[in-house]
Parts: sequence; C-alpha cells; structure tokens
Amino acid sequence: MTETIKTDALIIGAGPVGLFAVFELGLLDIKCHLIDILPKIGGQCAELYPEKPIYDIPGFPVVTGQGLIDNLMKQIEPFGPTFHLGQMVESLESIGSAQAPLFRVTTDAGAVFEAKTVLIAAGGGSFQPKKPPIAGIDDYEGKSVFYAVRKMEEFRDRTILIVGGGDSALDWTLNLQPIAKRVILMHRRDEFRAAPHSVDQMRSLVADGKMDLILGQVMALKGEHGQLEAATIRAADNTTIDVACDRLLPFFGLTMKLGPIADWGLNLAENLIPVDTEKFETNVPGIFAIGDINAYPGKLKLILSGFHEGALAAQKVHRYVYPEKRLLFQYTTSSSSLQKKLGVA
Amino acid sequence: MTQITFIDAQGTARSVAAEDGATLMETAVRNAIPGIEAECGGACACATCHVYVDPAWQDRLPAPQTMEEDMLDFAFDVRPNSRLSCQIRIKAELDGLTVTTPERQA
Ligand SMILES: Cc1cc2nc3c(=O)[nH]c(=O)nc-3n(C[C@H](O)[C@H](O)[C@H](O)COP(=O)(O)OP(=O)(O)OC[C@H]3O[C@@H](n4cnc5c(N)ncnc54)[C@H](O)[C@@H]3O)c2cc1C
Ligand code: FES
Repeated sequence: MTETIKTDALIIGAGPVGLFAVFELGLLDIKCHLIDILPKIGGQCAELYPEKPIYDIPGFPVVTGQGLIDNLMKQIEPFGPTFHLGQMVESLESIGSAQAPLFRVTTDAGAVFEAKTVLIAAGGGSFQPKKPPIAGIDDYEGKSVFYAVRKMEEFRDRTILIVGGGDSALDWTLNLQPIAKRVILMHRRDEFRAAPHSVDQMRSLVADGKMDLILGQVMALKGEHGQLEAATIRAADNTTIDVACDRLLPFFGLTMKLGPIADWGLNLAENLIPVDTEKFETNVPGIFAIGDINAYPGKLKLILSGFHEGALAAQKVHRYVYPEKRLLFQYTTSSSSLQKKLGVA
Repeated sequence: MTQITFIDAQGTARSVAAEDGATLMETAVRNAIPGIEAECGGACACATCHVYVDPAWQDRLPAPQTMEEDMLDFAFDVRPNSRLSCQIRIKAELDGLTVTTPERQA
C-alpha cells in the first residue's frame, strides 16, 4: 500500500497557470502539491514553444516560453511546492461534503492524494503521444506497437522499427540496439533534430552494420491478432517496400488530449469546464478550474487570464482550508506578514 | 488581392482572395477552409497546418527554414511538396497558388 499524501490544495497540471496559483495560494498559507503527466514542469510553454517569444505577459516586453517558466519557478520557490511529474491523474472522487469538501485523487503511477481542494489547471488536457494515422494501428497498440518504452525486456531479441528523427527516436534506437535482434530506424529525411552526438553514434552503428537506417514513411501495417509482422513503407525514392519487424515504436511528438477529466463527474462544455467568474469554481464545491481548461462568458485563452483566475480562486480555497480565519486584503509591497512568507522581510 | 485555391482531400476546390502579408494558414482559417487545424495558431509548433503545394509552384515559394523542416517531421504522409501553411506569407507573386490539404492533420 502506498501512503496517502494529504494536502490543502492539489493542482492538476504544472503549466504556467498551475505554477502561479502556487504563489497566490502560498500568500494565503496554503501548501500545494502539483501533478503533471509530463516529465518536466511548464505545460505548453515548456513543451511546445520553449524558445519562442511571448509579448503579452504584463511587465515583460518579451520573454521566451521557458524563460517565463524559469521565472515562475523562482517566484514560487519560497512556498516549497511538491511536484509529482510523469504521472497522469486518473481519478478524482469526492469523499467530503459541500461544507467541508475532501477529495481522493489517484494517478496512473499509483500515488494517492487526499486534498481539501483541487485546482484543475489542465490546459488543453494531458500531453500524450501523437498516433500516426495508419489504418488499423489500434489493433496493434499495447501488443506490438508502443508509443513509449516502459519495460526494455519487452523488446529483447525483437526486430524493432523505430520511427522519428528527434531525441526520443534516437535515444531509444541507441538504448535498444544492444538487446534487440535488429533495430531499424526510419525517418523521412536524412537530417535529425536529435542531439548531434546521438546522431553520430547511430551513424557509426549503421556504418558497422549493427543496425539499419531507412529514409521513408510507414504507410500500412501487416500482421495478425495485434502481432506485427511487417510495415509497408514508402521510401524516399517513392518505391514501396515491406520491412519485416515485430515491434514498432513511432515517435511523432505530443498532442493534448482531455483524457480522464471527462470521467470526474464535472459539467463539461465542448471539452472545457464551465466555472463562475467570482471564484472559478466548478459545479462541484471545492473543485476549481483555471487557465485554458475552463470556460466562462468572455474567456480568453491567455496566460494573463489564467494568472488572474488563480488569484481569485485562491481566495475561496482559503475559506475551505481555514473556515474560521478572516481574510485580509494585503499588498506584497507593504505587508510585513506577506514579506515574511516570501522570505524577504 | 491575391487569389489562392485550396483543394481538399476529396478534390473539392475553393478559391479565396488572400490579403498580402497574411500567412497561407491565416487565409485558410479566415475563409473557413476545411482540413487546416492550426492548433498552435501559426507558431510553427503543431504541424496541423500541413498542405501539399501544387508542384508547379514548389520552386516559386521561398524554401522552408530549418524550423519548418523540423516541424514537418511531426506531420504524416510528408511528400517533397509538403509545407506548413503558417510559414508561407502571401504576396502578389503568389497569385494563382494552388495547394491541397491532406486527408488528415496529425
Ligand atoms: C505556440 C503557442 C504560442 C502561444 N503564445 C501565447 C502568447 O503569446 N501569450 C499567451 O498569453 N498565451 C500563449 N499561448 C497559450 C498559452 O501557452 C496557454 O494559455 C497556457 O499554456 C495555458 O496554461 P495552463 O497552465 O492553463 O495549461 P497548459 O500550459 O496547457 O498546462 C497544462 C498541463 O496539465 C497537464 N495535464 C492535463 N491533464 C492532466 C492529467 N489528467 N494528469 C496530469 N497532468 C495533466 C498537461 O500535461 C499540461 O502540462 C500560446 C500557446 C502556444 C501553443
Ligand atoms: S499552425 Fe501550428 S505549425 Fe502551422
């Protein structure tokens, strides 16, 4: 049995909005745990556009996606949030009452949380691997087609076709090559986005005849009962050939899918969670939704809107966590108690 | 105005007047052209604005930059005339450009 983690506030999603909520909650003495399916912090900003400039964060004429996340991490450091990365929140159930809410939250890694309040800052949903649009691929998934390597042993003595040109494709090519019967790397062009030293290593394995590199794209799969036997590929010179293989690992990047949020008993409108604009609370008291995932009249999917939403939600969270305490409005500029919390007084 | 034709995967052609300076993706979205998703809004971060450029036009467009080539790796059924429409800027010389949208974006 894993130990249940108890917390005042549980934030689902470590994107910019979830991160800034830690700050607003922290000023109100509310400690947070955050969960994200990605192995890293920062949501869309870090995953989709780390190097690109953002021009509409108030007070920052320009900041990159990763730069904003780094700054937010520095800003919330005094509040010591706990991150649980690389795991997806699967279930969220109410075990309290409307007056004293309590929620049980579990992840696909087996972690169990008991939270007085839950803030869903899930953006466009969980980041999940993109599936190639190959007819019938569903039948093979989890049996001979995988989008991630959980257990290396599954791949021992197999003929593995790995598709892609980024770090995931190259890293797994190099890691699996020693234990596989044969590794075949396929990419649409002879240029790779992956780290140059991995590309060099791959090229020398190819030169030594220890693996194959094919330029082309998978067009169809052949096999029976989910067991892959060959992939039909269109090579760069437009010829079509069958490549025998019994494992396929496609690495086409990530896309956002709503995922299990749909099963949590919350009202949904077109895959978004409707909230009020006073507290950003959902139809379930004690569960809030902030950032890209929520919907209300006039909603803008902007980072700055998400920051505002977190600040207002925090006020109501405070009432659930400290029902007997009165909340004073204070400025960080002048309040000595806020400054003590921030570690600057 | 620059005239652009989008042909969908079923072969239906739609011609629209494009504003110079806009991107091909923006032109498609403003005119509700089906088959272009443009999830990332033109930041070259999603590969869901993939189009096939009429081969006659392939060499008349500025060549794709590294960023576009890298992002095309995430698209499917990429061909020599594949481009990301958010990286093509409309100008008068492109009058008459024809592109086909793929059967599926990512
Ligand atoms: C290319 C691009 C450019 C952009 N430019 C701007 C801009 O200039 N200005 C601007 O204001 N906005 C911009 N945006 C939008 C901005 O990035 C989003 O508004 C912002 O990221 C939303 O933050 P968020 O924290 O709500 O969600 P996200 O950043 O989407 O983070 C949500 C996180 O929750 C996780 N998650 C979801 N469900 C689960 C689950 N069940 N279990 C575990 N984890 C889960 C996801 O994996 C994700 O990491 C841009 C977006 C893109 C793609
Ligand atoms: S719109 Fe996302 S890459 Fe073009």
